[in-house]
Amino acid sequence: MQYLPNVIFVILLIAGIGFFVKNVSKLKRNIFLGKEESLTDNKPQRWKNMAMIALGQSKMVVRPIAGALHIIVYVGFVIINIEVLEIILDGIFGTHRMFAVLGPVYDFLIGSFEILALLVIIAVVLFWTRRNVIKLKRFFKPEMEGWPKNDGNLILYIELVLMILFLTMNGADYQLQQMGAAHYVQAGAFPISSMIAPVFEGMSISSLVLLERAAWWLHIAGILFFLNYLYYSKHLHILLAFPNTYYGKLTPKGQFKNLQSVTDEVKMMMDPDADPYAEPAEDAAVPDKFGASDVQDLSWVQLLNAYTCTECGRCTSECPANQTGKKLSPRKIMMDTRDRLEEVGKNIDANNGEFKDDGKQLLNDYITPEELWACTSCNACVQACPISIDPLSIIMDMRQYLVMEQSAAPTDLNNMMGNIENNGAPWPFNQMDRLNWSKES
Amino acid sequence: MASELKVPTMAEFFASGTVPEVLFWVGCAGSFDDRAKKITKAFVKILNKANVSFAVLGTEESCTGDPAKRAGNEFLFQMQAVTNIEVLNAYEIKKIVTACPHCFNTIKNEYPGLGGNYEVVHHTQFLKDLLSEGRISMEGGSFKGKRITFHDPCYLGRANGVYEAPRDLIRKLDAELIEMKSCKQRGLCCGAGGAQMFKEPEKGDKDVNIERTEQALETKPEIIAAGCPFCNTMMTDGVKNKEKEADIAVMDIAEMIAAAEDL
Repeated sequence: MQYLPNVIFVILLIAGIGFFVKNVSKLKRNIFLGKEESLTDNKPQRWKNMAMIALGQSKMVVRPIAGALHIIVYVGFVIINIEVLEIILDGIFGTHRMFAVLGPVYDFLIGSFEILALLVIIAVVLFWTRRNVIKLKRFFKPEMEGWPKNDGNLILYIELVLMILFLTMNGADYQLQQMGAAHYVQAGAFPISSMIAPVFEGMSISSLVLLERAAWWLHIAGILFFLNYLYYSKHLHILLAFPNTYYGKLTPKGQFKNLQSVTDEVKMMMDPDADPYAEPAEDAAVPDKFGASDVQDLSWVQLLNAYTCTECGRCTSECPANQTGKKLSPRKIMMDTRDRLEEVGKNIDANNGEFKDDGKQLLNDYITPEELWACTSCNACVQACPISIDPLSIIMDMRQYLVMEQSAAPTDLNNMMGNIENNGAPWPFNQMDRLNWSKES
Repeated sequence: MASELKVPTMAEFFASGTVPEVLFWVGCAGSFDDRAKKITKAFVKILNKANVSFAVLGTEESCTGDPAKRAGNEFLFQMQAVTNIEVLNAYEIKKIVTACPHCFNTIKNEYPGLGGNYEVVHHTQFLKDLLSEGRISMEGGSFKGKRITFHDPCYLGRANGVYEAPRDLIRKLDAELIEMKSCKQRGLCCGAGGAQMFKEPEKGDKDVNIERTEQALETKPEIIAAGCPFCNTMMTDGVKNKEKEADIAVMDIAEMIAAAEDL
């Protein structure tokens, strides 16, 4: 019986981490439903980008208020989680404050965790205020209705509860230390929770122990819950921001990829030695589909982008089309891509690992041509993303599908392309008149 | 006004067995659009004044394919690209200057993968180099002390990180450079990119160029400076829409320099 708490703890830990690992493998499977894309080049630059953008939050501070608050929550969570290591070890071995042997170092650690916890609480409250009281415009776009809105608030509530539990646990512990309760060694500095400790005055040792234990268990259970909540929420960015910034685009933003299959075709057309009547080889591969109409046509990095998006909406608020009331929202492009990818993933799970055609696709069922055609390819969304997501590349791939597979360009654009084809300019001017300007006064 | 423009073609250089220092890629807008042709001529006047040995492709030039690619027609883009690259490579072109950020971006970034490798500069970068090499001199002239705001072309700024060359030139004109609330990395598009120039905008509350013009007007400028023929058109339309064309001019930086030098 003595070891019952330890056993329960280990079971909880294994279940929590096990379930998380299971979801991670599903996540990986879904991401790699995307097309292969080799991004093994320029490793030093990639590591640097990850260090600067994800670890260093360099693009968060472009918006100073949100940036500063975010850094508090980020640093708070990363550092306070050192404490989780102690909690886990204590839980497994049935010890209490195992790291107390570190002496003054421990005091410093616990003290700074507490200050950070308070700062996190303040930041979370301010974040909540921005979403629910000030009602910042970018949180109230059509794509944010329903689950995305609740998800955003829920994350803030969970973070708040975790921090309160942490401080309650410490406050009760501090009070027990003052009372000289057995097992509660004098350890740690409690600059914040010592302030709430007076609330516990007059409580018996046994009820304080109960309170401290309850907060301890709920705190670790809450962390394990949060870990597993990630997969179902926009909050995956706390993990995926790192690979996403590593695999982010390194070439100039204006450089769009040239399609190799088209290059091969064009080269063959230009080759004077090519046999125009040649039959395709017996074993010739089916020609690539041009562009993207569904998630499997996108590259795995674009799908990683979709899971990484935390729906902050900086892209959408910078988008010229969105600012002027068009339907396009780069954030919605990312959210739709993820939703469709999840749907495809569930379809595969339900059909023994095979995707069964469900009569749906990303194009039309999620993203409409009207949204795609509103894009000016200005790269404002790409620039705005604090973690190197590229909504523009998805928009362009889908336009490519519309034009090259469906010939479904707007009439004006068909005219423009017809002109380029016929006379080498987007307008109907004769190529032979190209130098006339030099003779006009 | 200076005399007739000297606009030699690559074919002429080739026939005489010489090579120019740089190829001036005029682009479709610069060749055909009435407003953009003025930019082309202003730039040529500066090149002539500075005795820059340059050439144009003339009738051998064709659309880079940028609007086709951005509209989703990769095939048409690559056909244009490969055809242009054949011409450029046949003339052994090393350096290209263009006044169009879309041509600039496409030739600089998307042609190398198809066999076209050149040093490509935007005309504001080229002019800045001419200035620092002492090949042109600049004095503010009529631009001295004028309030000028610069609209960053997306394909020059965000797309390729060129923010300072145009600004340096404006400062050299002794003008007062005023930034709009969104500028440089966060500059708002004029609404023409991604082939939007050639189609009607989607349904919305207002047109992008109006939004951008409003941002420009907030700076109370005398001149809105541009570095792209399409931005120029969009901003000019925006200023007209606001009935401000009598007070505010939309000018390319090359035009400003040519005017300051009384060319």
